Amino acid sequence: MSTVATPPAAAPTPEFTELPPVDRAPLRRLRRRRVLLQVACVLVTLFMGVPLYLITLAAFSSRETLNKFPKSLWPTELSTDTLKAFLSSTGVLPAFLNSIVIGLGSLVLALLIGAPAGYAIARFLFRGREPYQLFLLLTRALPIVVLSVPLSQLFLRAGVYDTVLAVVLVHAGLSLPTTILITASVFVAVPRDVEEAAQLFGCTRFEAFRRVVVPMALPGIAAAAIFTFVLSWNEVLAAAVLTLNNRTLPAQVLVSLSDSPIAYRFAGGFALVVPALLFILLMRRYLLNMWGSTLR
Amino acid sequence: MASRAGPRRQLPVPYLLLLPSVVMMTLLFGWPLLSGILQAFQGPDGGFTLANWERMIGEPRFWEAVRNTLLLTAVVIPIQFLFAMTMAMLLQAKPKFAGFYFYLWAVPLAVSDLAAGLVWLSIFNDVGYLNSVLVNLGLVEHGVQWQLYSEPSRLFFIVLVAEVWRATSLVLIIVVAGMQVIPKDYDEAAQVLGATFWQRLWYVTLPLLRPSLQVALILRTILALEAFAVAQALTGRNFPLLVGETYEWAVQLQNPAVASAVALVVLGLSMVVAIVYLRALRQPSAVESR
Repeated sequence: MSTVATPPAAAPTPEFTELPPVDRAPLRRLRRRRVLLQVACVLVTLFMGVPLYLITLAAFSSRETLNKFPKSLWPTELSTDTLKAFLSSTGVLPAFLNSIVIGLGSLVLALLIGAPAGYAIARFLFRGREPYQLFLLLTRALPIVVLSVPLSQLFLRAGVYDTVLAVVLVHAGLSLPTTILITASVFVAVPRDVEEAAQLFGCTRFEAFRRVVVPMALPGIAAAAIFTFVLSWNEVLAAAVLTLNNRTLPAQVLVSLSDSPIAYRFAGGFALVVPALLFILLMRRYLLNMWGSTLR
Repeated sequence: MASRAGPRRQLPVPYLLLLPSVVMMTLLFGWPLLSGILQAFQGPDGGFTLANWERMIGEPRFWEAVRNTLLLTAVVIPIQFLFAMTMAMLLQAKPKFAGFYFYLWAVPLAVSDLAAGLVWLSIFNDVGYLNSVLVNLGLVEHGVQWQLYSEPSRLFFIVLVAEVWRATSLVLIIVVAGMQVIPKDYDEAAQVLGATFWQRLWYVTLPLLRPSLQVALILRTILALEAFAVAQALTGRNFPLLVGETYEWAVQLQNPAVASAVALVVLGLSMVVAIVYLRALRQPSAVESR
């Protein structure tokens, strides 16, 4: 370890020279710093991780175990009764299905409308480009709450109130600004040269886009898609205001909060959290890129 | 950002590509916004009236909601920024398992505020895990009633903890992303010149992080003003927040006009916040941002 301070082995002078004692203080300081760093990291991790563990534990406890007090923090009596009861209560399975359909629908719609706009920002200089980007930033700052009430009346009049389509439209619209900004940053990263080369070899502009740009931009586009899905999966307010019978999962859980047993709520919380773990796992390589490049 | 695109032929192509998004956003954002504003000032007969606003102001819960929303935002934002900066500095020091830590610290980013409320409900309910631990340790005899309706400070505390847990990740991601763009040279130069850790943080890192912090502040504050499901999950209707009140007026009381008025209060607060931040954190012109 402390090779730095050892005397040279083959010293030319024969007589024994007194070397100054090895100063181990910096090394010790470094080690202490490492240990403290790990301690701090573990503490933060406990704060972030323990609640996730506890909701999992609660969701896998039977109703009797949940009523016991004081409870054990260790998984001693696991059971799937609570989750089964949650899944079989009225409205939950259809809501699950709705959430998935709406999530997929809004990600497709957001990409279909957002990706071309992102491409335009990335590849063209045109009058109105700066105002357009400012407009995108402004729409991001608009609270959903202002929109959902008037939208519910608009949809009521248009005859799409309480349908999957209504929620898809709103969720796609909400994620549109971010989708445009992410896809723009993705397309900027695809060199223009390859696109021009493809055109030189006889592709039309669209073909060059489809055959060359899209495959290269695919990982980033996937990140944008997952972002939309997460947003849609998590959005509570608009989904609850815009639907009555065709609830999404969060909306279903929200409206049945006050008159549901506590076990139902834990199972619901768990069902809502699990996808988050998967999403972040899939996205973790893109998180920084996304936020780092889109927000400035 | 996307500023390196070279000038090409000025065809209408870009406008065609932008058109669908402009149409969609105008229909989904612009139209409802206008209609919401009109509605808040309209009586049942369609004429101009301030009755909706009077009704909103006359409700004591409204003022409670205003107070709670502002207080929660004012307390949660500084805590989150301190916490996120600490987390980012820890990651910057490159500990072992940094990848794992980063993953776990980022998970709440994808957790909705409803789910966060339910997660902390398992901890804070009367027979929950926190009370179990407290009783097992012998600290209290019967556990603390965290959700007690007559103890607003407790309600505030549990909502605060859940919000800190849920939304610090967003600040963390933005700050870490911002730190990666800062060239290491500045920090190293300061180190060579003998600056202490705190001096480097205050005079080098923080000023360079300013654009990221500004974005994070605006986004986080606006999102904090919109929190509501977390309070509904943890406290029922005992801890009113503004967006929760809008939901009540719209869904429970079926009064969209008053709901719009409350929603406009949220919008107004958001706009004030954004403008104040943009002015207060304006980039000094001497420091050219890249």
